Amino acid sequence: MLSNAWLIPLIPAVGFVLILFFGKHLPRKGSEIAITTVGASFVLACIVLIQWIQRVNDHDGGGALRGFGRAVLPAGEGGLTAVDHSFTWWQNGAVRFGVGTHLDGLAVMMLFMVTFVSLLVHVYSTTYMEGDRRYTHYFALLNLFTASMLLLVVADNTLELLIGWELVGFCSFALIGHWWEEKPNSDAAVKAFLTTRVGDVGLMIGIIVLFFAAGSFDIATINAKALGGDISHTLLLVSASCLLIGIIGKSGQFPLHTWLPDAMAGPTPVSALIHAATMVVAGVYLGARLYPVFFRGFSIGDGGLNAMALIGGVTIIIGAVLAFVQRDIKKVLAYSTISQLGYMVMALGVGAWVAAIFHLFTHAFFKALLFLGAGSVSHSGSHHSFDMKSDMGGLRKYMPVTFVTFVIGSLALAGIFPLAGFWSKDEILVTAGDAGFTAFLVVGLFGAFLTAAYMTRCVYLTFFGEFRGHGEPHESPPTLTVPLVLLSVMSIAAGFLNAEAFGIENFREWFEGAVALPPLRHPSFNSLMAVVSVTVAVIGIGIAAYLWFQREELGPFRNLTQRNAAARAGYRFLENKYYLDDLYDNVIVGGIKGPIARASYWVNQHVIDGVVNAIGRGTAAAARETYDVIDQKVVDGAVNGLAETTGETGGLLRYIQSGRVQRYALTLFAAVGALSLALWLVY
Amino acid sequence: MALNQYLILSAFLFCTGVYGVLARRNGVLVLLSVELMLNAVNINLVAFAAFTKQISGQVFALFVITIAAAEVGVGLAIVLLIYRNMHSPDLDRVDQLKG
Repeated sequence: MLSNAWLIPLIPAVGFVLILFFGKHLPRKGSEIAITTVGASFVLACIVLIQWIQRVNDHDGGGALRGFGRAVLPAGEGGLTAVDHSFTWWQNGAVRFGVGTHLDGLAVMMLFMVTFVSLLVHVYSTTYMEGDRRYTHYFALLNLFTASMLLLVVADNTLELLIGWELVGFCSFALIGHWWEEKPNSDAAVKAFLTTRVGDVGLMIGIIVLFFAAGSFDIATINAKALGGDISHTLLLVSASCLLIGIIGKSGQFPLHTWLPDAMAGPTPVSALIHAATMVVAGVYLGARLYPVFFRGFSIGDGGLNAMALIGGVTIIIGAVLAFVQRDIKKVLAYSTISQLGYMVMALGVGAWVAAIFHLFTHAFFKALLFLGAGSVSHSGSHHSFDMKSDMGGLRKYMPVTFVTFVIGSLALAGIFPLAGFWSKDEILVTAGDAGFTAFLVVGLFGAFLTAAYMTRCVYLTFFGEFRGHGEPHESPPTLTVPLVLLSVMSIAAGFLNAEAFGIENFREWFEGAVALPPLRHPSFNSLMAVVSVTVAVIGIGIAAYLWFQREELGPFRNLTQRNAAARAGYRFLENKYYLDDLYDNVIVGGIKGPIARASYWVNQHVIDGVVNAIGRGTAAAARETYDVIDQKVVDGAVNGLAETTGETGGLLRYIQSGRVQRYALTLFAAVGALSLALWLVY
Repeated sequence: MALNQYLILSAFLFCTGVYGVLARRNGVLVLLSVELMLNAVNINLVAFAAFTKQISGQVFALFVITIAAAEVGVGLAIVLLIYRNMHSPDLDRVDQLKG
């Protein structure tokens, strides 16, 4: 199965085509095909996962050495090798364009995670989207998205990866704009598409630079050359910087994060699948996939400041702070996603590769859980509204399952021991501290504090206090709650895959295997750091809880924005999202659009129209001349002249064609006479 | 008798025939004039045969007489058709071939 992993993306892709063609005629409008195909992919991904784990265990002797901090040997030096299965798409000279699968630990982990979350979201959607006017269409796109994401994951070369990357971008666009009848939704879709495209340009340039630097699109070759020092540091820096722009666009990093909150215009399961658990981590996946390029390009091993860690660190704080001023529960989660993606990018930037993908793994479960929980709330509790302040509150009594799972997700996100988020976040912080990135360690801790606080606010506004909405809130049906329960189980359990406190390092052993990586630090568990990070999170929860629970509506801060000008300014600054949207729309887009439009208009009016008009006038004059001289005089003259000459000649000749036999006879005899006379004269 | 006298008679007859062919309107008369011309030629042939003591001239004359008979047959048929179509034997009216 490991070498036949191409089946995993293919099955949902076939499902996509089947749904489009036959979905509407089926009893359940195509959702059965969607669930079957994605389910099949999930089963295959599980088989791949089990076989991979066996392969890893076979390789290191049944895991006898597990837990001793043993360095995994790089591939090709007796270490575990990836499973490649590739064929040539086309060949141009010495350059081979392949299509294939490259299965290493990272890809196996992603295959499992994507198919798992996707399957749950499919099941969830059958109820959540029930009665939607484009139900079939929705499932078709969800399937195409799953297929594209899986293609991106298994891709063995950068071109294939780019295809998957663009396809998930397209599906994201189409699904954000699923309810395109309303202008804000289609605006959000266009914004998401265009903003990520800005990043895609960087990605494309990065791929091209890497191709010329390494002479291949093959990911394994690129990584090997980057590790082996075959590519100059300058080229690596250039390509890493360009690829980083791609990551910034796709994974919602500052300053291109603005599309992600707007993307919440799409249906909630889409937000859970695409804009939290899978697609937005494509950028992080790219960073992990081509890690040697970034590691060498940004000199991560030497310590010191680098663009990747900086972007990640800034994004953690920027996203977390904005999550405080949102009324919309999904936007809180969106900013939280931005902030958590910041953790992953920062982890990559400080050399914590395992921690980054571990956080990616755990985050997928608890963030999907939180989004689906929010969807459950809006579906059954708040009449399809996402406004926490006006339509929610007090829902814990009505929706116990949603409440419990949501709280589990929030605690996992906040990094409370022993939930999943604790282990992964802790690992990032430990590695950052160990590698000497103290500033980023502080940023990460501060981020953890903010995360805990805004999630407390979010849980309070949604589930505590008095119900502020209207109607009868009730618990959601099992198709919504079962995925929540499964995800909450994962949110609790996933962290124990790499619970270093208990000497468990399965995640690292399984999923670091066969990945081309530079020598990385693997600091052992630091109980002090764990205590500090949990304490910080608990303080965050405590402060937020004190403000909201004990002193009812912010206590001393109540109406602070009305009383204090500085606070008001700060609040407005946050409410306007640091004015980044204004910067993009009015300054950059407006600044470019206006003058360019005016200049284009001027060029159009004066240059292009002038040229066109001049050409037109010249052509008209030339045509007139042609008509007068050549056509009328030469051509017509020749034709008419010929006709007239012929007519005149005919007129003359017709006299000898009288039709009278006797005239002809006269001519005959006259001719004979004349010739006889001539004959006689001659002789 | 000298050869010249036959030749003069023959020339006279031929010229009469030519005149008749050119000047007559009536198709039948034109045919008769053609016969005159043919007979003028026959006189010539016979005269030269007698003069040169060779039989071939007379043989030619016999051929001409035969051909003339056939020609008159065809010619009278044409004239008859002209008469049927035009209701007159006048050849001046048969000028449909004019340019």
